[in-house]
Amino acid sequence: MNWELLPQSIINGILTGGVYGLIALGVVLIYKSSEVFNFAQGHLLMLGAFITWWFAGADETGEELLNLNLGFAVIAALIVIFLLGFLVERLALRPMTGQPLLSIVLMTLGMALLIEGLVSIVFGINVKPNFPAPISRIEMFKIPFEYQYNGIIFVQKLRLAAFLVAMFLVIVIGLFFRYTRIGLAMRATSEDHELALSAGINVPRIFGFSWAFAGVIATAGGVLLAMLTGASLTLSTVVLVAFPAILLGGFGIFPRGDHWWHCSWISYRNCQDIHRD
Amino acid sequence: MAVIRPSGDFDRNYNQDMALIRKPWQWVLLLLSIGAVATSPYWAPPYVYIKANQIGYTLIAVQGLNILTGFTGQISMGQSAFMLAGGYISALIVTYLNLSFFIALPLAALGAGLVGLIFGIPSLRVKGFYLAMATLAAQFIIPWFTLHMFPEYLGGQNGIISAPVPVIGSYEFNEPARFIHITLFVLILTTIAAVNISRSRMGRAFVAIRDNDLAAELLGVNLFGYKLRAFFIAAVYAGLAGALRAHSSWQIGSEMGYDLSESIIFLGMLVVGGLGTNLGPFLGTSLIILMEDFSNIVGTKVSAVMLTGMTERVLTSFRPIFFGLILMLFLIFEPRGLAYRWQLFKASWRLRPFSH
Repeated sequence: MNWELLPQSIINGILTGGVYGLIALGVVLIYKSSEVFNFAQGHLLMLGAFITWWFAGADETGEELLNLNLGFAVIAALIVIFLLGFLVERLALRPMTGQPLLSIVLMTLGMALLIEGLVSIVFGINVKPNFPAPISRIEMFKIPFEYQYNGIIFVQKLRLAAFLVAMFLVIVIGLFFRYTRIGLAMRATSEDHELALSAGINVPRIFGFSWAFAGVIATAGGVLLAMLTGASLTLSTVVLVAFPAILLGGFGIFPRGDHWWHCSWISYRNCQDIHRD
Repeated sequence: MAVIRPSGDFDRNYNQDMALIRKPWQWVLLLLSIGAVATSPYWAPPYVYIKANQIGYTLIAVQGLNILTGFTGQISMGQSAFMLAGGYISALIVTYLNLSFFIALPLAALGAGLVGLIFGIPSLRVKGFYLAMATLAAQFIIPWFTLHMFPEYLGGQNGIISAPVPVIGSYEFNEPARFIHITLFVLILTTIAAVNISRSRMGRAFVAIRDNDLAAELLGVNLFGYKLRAFFIAAVYAGLAGALRAHSSWQIGSEMGYDLSESIIFLGMLVVGGLGTNLGPFLGTSLIILMEDFSNIVGTKVSAVMLTGMTERVLTSFRPIFFGLILMLFLIFEPRGLAYRWQLFKASWRLRPFSH
């Protein structure tokens, strides 16, 4: 291993890992509320990133309906994914209630393939490097550090911004589950379905909401990652990286900051591998 | 398995009761259909026997998965990685030890089985999707191993090594028209084994573990032993399938369709065909493989008519769309698969005209 590259890897790992942690929250959210392990989360993320890209009018063929700036494009994509989450839960997951685990897992896997196919036919299979970003990707902070190769650690400004946004969203989600009515209802549902039902909570609707919110979280994570790397079909694989982090962080608990920290660790290990090759 | 039989059709002795194939006409049909596949290179267009070969080796892997997932109820997402292990072992044995393919094939099956045992060890402690995660690890570790370790033997970053053509005397099995006979022979053996496993003590123990593992343990089924046996058998089948696939396409490599999506497709074939039935893998595998070609044909037609200039895009995306849709529709409307439909169909004809 090349120790001189380690400080840079750690910094990049922690910054990217923050975003992965946000993504992992979406998987845990669905699992805790409806006990469905969503293998399609990565594909929701990719779909969110591509829809944002489309709303931002980056296709540049002149055929796109809208040329929103990034902020409005993100909001529009969030609304679309929010509704899509409800739809997915109602059409695909509701009929699977009470089915064995294998069927539910395969349902999410089938959905993942379907989304991948639809995205590649609608948006094309090429990488979209022109994903709009508020800050240029090449702007860097330079931090002098004597043990690093060349003595300087480069911190991409955009990556730092993505990290801060992810942190902010994790806190917002935490507050949402603590103080809002629907957040509390979702926590109650995750504790016990029957008790929640008897307390007057509409459990099927909560399942729908958890898919919708998971889609929103996925889209937010997808947009943050797509800003860094461009929108591509391989965005869906980042969730495979988040899975070990989720297992390490634990399913048993409702989404909280812990996952974020474990994800950073995993991501840092990945960066090590990348640098070694 | 309880079989509904027409009145007057009953067994007179033990041999009849144990027979898998009861009627002379069933024997005739079976031999005729095997003969038809075996002689297909002489009368059918190349497409038929090339597809028959592909369906054959895929079917063996799906049969193995059926024993593990269908009968024992352990979700495995690593079947294509075990195929990769089998293919590599067989190719290496033939290349470096100069043994015949027909000795390397059982050795590859055994080797893949041992690899499967390693990944089956967590199955006693972890269940459900935690187990799916453990087998998912196989799907990442094995290709990583082939890409990064022993590059002089395993092909390194290219990810491809050649698998020699099997030879008997001077007869080379160098094209699907000839290779199909090996595939068919192995498929017959694995089918006989799978059917007999499912109706022996072992098969009943597998089903008991699937239905309720605590109750099975109370009845004296050694959970760990039988789960490991299921993993071993599944990996042995995968190893056979991988070796056949490697040698019929002359090469093996982790980049050549042994990835996670292939494992998912195997699971999908199993569900479409029918979990825990011996007929299911046949129906599911044939349907999905033929559907892939169908999606290519539809894709070509569609891109010629309406989405001109996007042929490549359409072709690559129709396959996952078709597969995903078929899988989801089957899970919602017929989770018991095509095999159950076939049972219903047979029952309705058997009782005709009194269908109730």
